[in-house]
Amino acid sequence: MGRNFKKKVTPLLLTAPANFWLWAFFTIPLISILWLSLTTGNTLDGFTLTWNFGIYPDAVSQYSEQFGRSFLYGGISTALALIFMYPVAYWIAFRGGKYKAIFLFLLLLPFLVSFIIRILTWQFILADNGIVLSALKDIGLVSQNAHVLSTPFAVIAGLTYDNLPWMALPVYVALDGIKRDQIEAASDLYASGYQRFRTVILPLSAPGIYAGILLVGISSVGDFLSAQILGGPSTTMIGNIIQTQYVQNQNYPLASALSLVLMVALLAFVVLYGRFFGSKTLKEFAG
Amino acid sequence: MSADDSKMDSGGHARRWPWTRFLLPVYVFVIMLYTMVPIAVMIIYGFNQAPNRRLTFAWQGFTTEWYQHLFDIADLTSALVTSIEVAVISSIIAVILGVPAALALARRRFFGRRIMDLTIITNLTAPTVVVGASLLGFFVTISLARGIGTIIIAHVAVSVAVVIIIIQARLASMDESLEEAAQDLGASPWIAFWKVTGPLISPAIFSAFMLSFALSIDDYIITSFVNGQTLTFPLWVAGAVKVGIPPQVFVLGTLIFVVGVVIAAATLVLQSRSNRKLKAEMAPADDWHV
Amino acid sequence: MDPKRPENETAWMRGLTQPRLSRRQLVHGAAGFAVLTALGPALAACGVGGTKGTGSAEDVDWTAWWQEQNATKNLSFANWPLYIDTGGGGKHPSLEKFTKESGINVSYKPVIRDNAEVLLQDQPGPPAGDPIGYDIIVMSNGWELGQLIANRWLTPLDHSQLPNFKKYAGEVATRLAYDEDLEYSAVWQAGVTGIAYDPKLTGGEIDSVEALFDPKFKGKVGMLSDNDEVGSLGLLALGIDPATSTYDDWKKSAAKMKEQRDKGIVRQYYDNSYVKALQNGDVALTQAYSGDIFQSNNSGYPDLKFVVPKEGAMLWRDNSVIPLHAKNPVSALKWIDFYYKPENQAMIEDWINYISPVPDAQAIIRDELDDPTVADSPLVFPPQSMMDQLREYPLNYTPETQKQWAGLFDPIIQS
Repeated sequence: MGRNFKKKVTPLLLTAPANFWLWAFFTIPLISILWLSLTTGNTLDGFTLTWNFGIYPDAVSQYSEQFGRSFLYGGISTALALIFMYPVAYWIAFRGGKYKAIFLFLLLLPFLVSFIIRILTWQFILADNGIVLSALKDIGLVSQNAHVLSTPFAVIAGLTYDNLPWMALPVYVALDGIKRDQIEAASDLYASGYQRFRTVILPLSAPGIYAGILLVGISSVGDFLSAQILGGPSTTMIGNIIQTQYVQNQNYPLASALSLVLMVALLAFVVLYGRFFGSKTLKEFAG
Repeated sequence: MSADDSKMDSGGHARRWPWTRFLLPVYVFVIMLYTMVPIAVMIIYGFNQAPNRRLTFAWQGFTTEWYQHLFDIADLTSALVTSIEVAVISSIIAVILGVPAALALARRRFFGRRIMDLTIITNLTAPTVVVGASLLGFFVTISLARGIGTIIIAHVAVSVAVVIIIIQARLASMDESLEEAAQDLGASPWIAFWKVTGPLISPAIFSAFMLSFALSIDDYIITSFVNGQTLTFPLWVAGAVKVGIPPQVFVLGTLIFVVGVVIAAATLVLQSRSNRKLKAEMAPADDWHV
Repeated sequence: MDPKRPENETAWMRGLTQPRLSRRQLVHGAAGFAVLTALGPALAACGVGGTKGTGSAEDVDWTAWWQEQNATKNLSFANWPLYIDTGGGGKHPSLEKFTKESGINVSYKPVIRDNAEVLLQDQPGPPAGDPIGYDIIVMSNGWELGQLIANRWLTPLDHSQLPNFKKYAGEVATRLAYDEDLEYSAVWQAGVTGIAYDPKLTGGEIDSVEALFDPKFKGKVGMLSDNDEVGSLGLLALGIDPATSTYDDWKKSAAKMKEQRDKGIVRQYYDNSYVKALQNGDVALTQAYSGDIFQSNNSGYPDLKFVVPKEGAMLWRDNSVIPLHAKNPVSALKWIDFYYKPENQAMIEDWINYISPVPDAQAIIRDELDDPTVADSPLVFPPQSMMDQLREYPLNYTPETQKQWAGLFDPIIQS
């Protein structure tokens, strides 16, 4: 057998199992919902393919509010996660000294608590007569009727907290990967620490920020559990709508169309964003 | 920590921003505290008395009752066992599928590579609600009964992309010349992998495994679509939220947490030992700062 | 566990594992699986097959069919978890008694759980004549059951073999708007959706649905996230009988419920978590299911009150039905007839505590089982005055009306 042939075939063989899995259980299902979205009908009479492209503008206009809200909540919680985590990751990477690993470990502790329990504890903490509010009410800082649960604030708080480790990890990896001599060179060039940060450290950590924003942003925008457990009458996110339409109303065309719109909106965001920061960086954070 | 700080300060970099000296550590401390609050709540309330066998906000007195009756709720226990099974099996499959694929993607050009890259990126950026919903439709289409099997399939479909990305990134940062050298010396690619590449990427494989494990054991959204009659820990808890959570949920959460801490701490200690060895050999000046 | 008050424990476990609302939602989900299953062949034909007519049994002469059926020694019974009397070691005394009396072995499967997939996943099986594996399943009234009936996926009951049903079934079981001729459904349990409140927070008694619209309770009112419940409440508030309401009425109801939400009166649209919200004081009053409040009263919240408002409250039912192509239809009938006998019903009812379909079980529970708490509860054996206040759900079972209904009320609940 020729070496050339082997060279061509080996990678195909190596990737075949993973490719199979990804196609069978990710790509094909995804394509099939495109088809499903273009059908019309109901559960009793069945759904027929009518190329009903009109469902897309309808779905978007009917649920524009929930789409907007998802991106708003997702955006805010991503920004907050970055604001919270960047300085911490920075401090650990540059000032952590020999305890770096321990600090990082402490930072990632929430990973070890189940996602659902993380949300539940916030329901606990923010409840009307929970730890925080009852204390504030006792000292008269807030009115007796004040509540946090069922408000956008609670949903955003839940989303933010849930995603903190996913922001911290890539940002830390990027910051930690910055070579010492690069900073030394910058120190020689720039007088102020701020300039050094802006011209050297920030750009060099951009891949980590990019990866963090992707990870956190996408999972926040598509989430429905935080809104379900912590939210109120006007905090419904698009994930909740998709879930309801799929599972409860069996409006498959609408649910599929909403899923695809969400997916495409996020992909567009990723692509545009990648233009500015380079799409390869998503892979780089993990190293 | 203060001793450590002063040691680092003695590094001689005079041009430090003033805020990094005081404000930054305080900020870091506050944020760290914030990340710990829910963990503390979980641990502390696991010891709260609960006459109704449901967690309450008010502190009703200390008890270890829930630790003694840890496995009293049979459904909850079996849901947890299911979660662990799913996480272990799906992570193993994801690693087995992902590592060879990552090797090919990192080292070779081949037909279909770009499409695979695209698939992986799409997979990573797909919201879980979309993945879950489309998989449900697909499983029903092919008449695959939903249960633990479909949960595992779904979890692998997500974590295999994560594994590939992590391993690939690790390989990209490695020098290919080592493997080539081994092959030049007559080793088959297989031997070269086992003797050279494998050991070098084993930390990445470990972290890829742990990450898939974490993703799997935590997943609620995808699982809620494809679970059939099978309940995982998050699904059981989400169901119980509706009427009140038994304290055992927090106790089991605490135990998972403790096990996680022990494993992670052991890994840390082992790593720092081997690092120290490495340092002793290479003696780099490591405690630099900005 | 406190051995002296086992009923609390079981009530709690039941509440924990099978909240009323999730049951409703689950059955919704289940119908979805059934339809999705039709997707397979349809993929090829570029259309998703409907469920109408698939395996239906329109041309069967059921009287003749029943005569041909022989008694068997088996019964496969799918139910919701903890929805039957359960004694030590997980045994079910009523089922054991049934086996003893009839010689029929019961395979009891409390599988209808987080979704009723097992029950319906091969629902399109009937065209091929495949039994779904159960002889009896318990389903809530709702558009899913309506669809099963419309599809004729169920075996009509042979009432000539149900003497106890005829003799003892109460009004709850005999006046079914969704199955007027009792062709398919034998009620297993029923319940009421009314209003629950905490008198400490409301500062007084509540007796009208108007309280749910009172600006005084702004941000302290809980509503259910089930569109049937929200829409029906609006109809009650407008003085419209839900059972005979029309699309125009539904629109008026939607306007009223939208106003309630937009004014900030609604704290949240809850699934079963409304119980916890009420217990914690997050809400002062809320739409509620009778059984939940009965359980709360018995488990540490004796002050909470449940009321059937003067405008009326909704009556829901869970029904035993026999799927098409069940293997042991005669056994299924025997079981139905068995549990309609008051002494047997009493065993079951004393444990379940929702509304019993057999009024005569009351005396037995009070006198023979010595459990007046259950027997005298109006939430288990509602007096006639309460029965008169109970209303049937709107007829929104067809795909068309269901779409209209969901289209009006879903946007209010999920905004």
